[in-house]
Amino acid sequence: MKPSAQLPLEAEVTERIQESPSIFTLRLQLTDRLARAAYRFHPGQFNMVYLYGVGEVPISIVSDPRDETVLDHTIRVVGRVTDGMARLRAGERVGLRGPFGRGWPLKEVQGRDVLVVTGGLGCAPVVAVINYILMRRDQFGRLTIIQGVKHAEDLIWRERYAYWRTLPDVQVLLAADHGGPVWPWHVGKVTEVFEHADIHPGCAVMLCGPEIMMLMAARMLVERGVAERDIHLSMERNMQCAVGHCGHCQFGAAFVCREGPVFAYPQVKHLLGVRGF
Amino acid sequence: MHDDQQPGRYRMTTSSSPRQFAWANGPQALKPFLFAPRQTLWRAERAADGSIRFVEPADPLPPLAVIGVRACDLAALALQDAHFLEGEYVDPYYAARRSNLFLIAVDCSHPAATCFCASTGDGPHVRQGCDIALTELERGFVARPDSERGAQMLASLALSPAGVDDIEQGHAQTDRAAQAQQRGLPSRNLRDRLLASLDHPRWNDVASRCLSCGNCTSVCPTCFCHAQRETPQLDGATSEHVREWDSCFSRGHSYLHGFTVRPDTRSRYRQWLVHKLGTWHDQYGRSGCVGCGRCIAWCPVGIDLTQEAAALAGDQV
Repeated sequence: MKPSAQLPLEAEVTERIQESPSIFTLRLQLTDRLARAAYRFHPGQFNMVYLYGVGEVPISIVSDPRDETVLDHTIRVVGRVTDGMARLRAGERVGLRGPFGRGWPLKEVQGRDVLVVTGGLGCAPVVAVINYILMRRDQFGRLTIIQGVKHAEDLIWRERYAYWRTLPDVQVLLAADHGGPVWPWHVGKVTEVFEHADIHPGCAVMLCGPEIMMLMAARMLVERGVAERDIHLSMERNMQCAVGHCGHCQFGAAFVCREGPVFAYPQVKHLLGVRGF
Repeated sequence: MHDDQQPGRYRMTTSSSPRQFAWANGPQALKPFLFAPRQTLWRAERAADGSIRFVEPADPLPPLAVIGVRACDLAALALQDAHFLEGEYVDPYYAARRSNLFLIAVDCSHPAATCFCASTGDGPHVRQGCDIALTELERGFVARPDSERGAQMLASLALSPAGVDDIEQGHAQTDRAAQAQQRGLPSRNLRDRLLASLDHPRWNDVASRCLSCGNCTSVCPTCFCHAQRETPQLDGATSEHVREWDSCFSRGHSYLHGFTVRPDTRSRYRQWLVHKLGTWHDQYGRSGCVGCGRCIAWCPVGIDLTQEAAALAGDQV
């Protein structure tokens, strides 16, 4: 048994950052110094975060893997556990099991141009990718960030996008189904801004968001010459054990918690978008 | 004792036979002994300063011997072993119970009308996976060891050697038990056929009969799904994290913050069958069905898995 797979470790909330009315980031630090030193993860992996007396939820890790002091978890309030977590204050304790699953293949795509496409509310798993690449700028080619939201006000980290677009070799394209008076970006589907992006057969793609959006995006990318194996996507399912035993996250033959959450498109495309899987 | 099993029916009757095993199987196999229906995973203790300590349960587990295990249940045990012990993570609770188990199996001589282990290749003859295998004959038992411990136990007993006649009689009896089975799956591997039949009208048909009650997954010896939940104590200082059997027929099974992946019975029955007879091959190298027939007998409306499989995938090439 891998250590910490079953039994949570205690972690302290060192900071709680409100990102939007319903989204917040918990900055966590394992209280045991040895456990902290031994903890390693890859961007795209997740932890099971436990709120005392309420339960556990799977949360993607958004901080940089080189930061050995804290682990950032950006969380949206969607239920009992996350609602309780939203009320945590610095100094309070939670439990943490992890990391679990397969992350983004960042080592494998070194030297390549990377296209990051997200839809829906602030997609934390790919923010880890963006941060990772920007901290290791010389190891990657051009970075293109495409983000779509329903309403302009749903976009979190607005300042970050504004900052990212000022960086060399970074292109930022945003789209909102419903814009607003101060929305300088595209109004419409996220897939509509593809024509403004530099998409070519050599680039590696990281997708995150609603499955139907990822499916449409993957198909458009393949039409533009991107190889299917170069498209990676982060899947979401009910996860309770995180070790491939409890059965809830099965997607066809795959246990999303163990073989995912990040998959190469050919691994999942036969069932992607099929209702009931 | 004799069991009368039909779709949606299970009755125990007394019989004049002096045999101990003149019946097929009960509602539960080995599963609850190893994969406990309810298991405390940890206890969280919160101190006055807010710090939390996580404590593993220390359940002393007495050794357990099970007498009368059938071949289908040994096949199911091998599948549960593959799931809980042989993957990337080992389940410590299952492992602890598994290492404390002594299995005395028996060749099935009285299959029920719901049995179809011959078609899945898992019975009725006990091949391996136990400590001692028995064949019950009119004049007694033939015992053969299947493990070191089993051999030691047999050596310690005052037994007389089995005659060639006894052994041949046993084989003939097991052959008859196989031939007596009327149900069967169309093939041992239905994976591709089922995955090609996701839009088959039969899913609507079975969904109109299925109550989505989860009886089939409870009695299935290979179903492994379980839910985790929190049971805080009233003292405010301790909270237990437990797991309990879950079913893919429940609404909560596929719940994902605000939306349910499988909201209707059609998609749940399809998930169960496509997994059990289909994608199980990808996960564990064989079908997840061992032909025990429990899901047929214990279904309150008598849905017959073999009939559904035949309707969905039997008539295709």
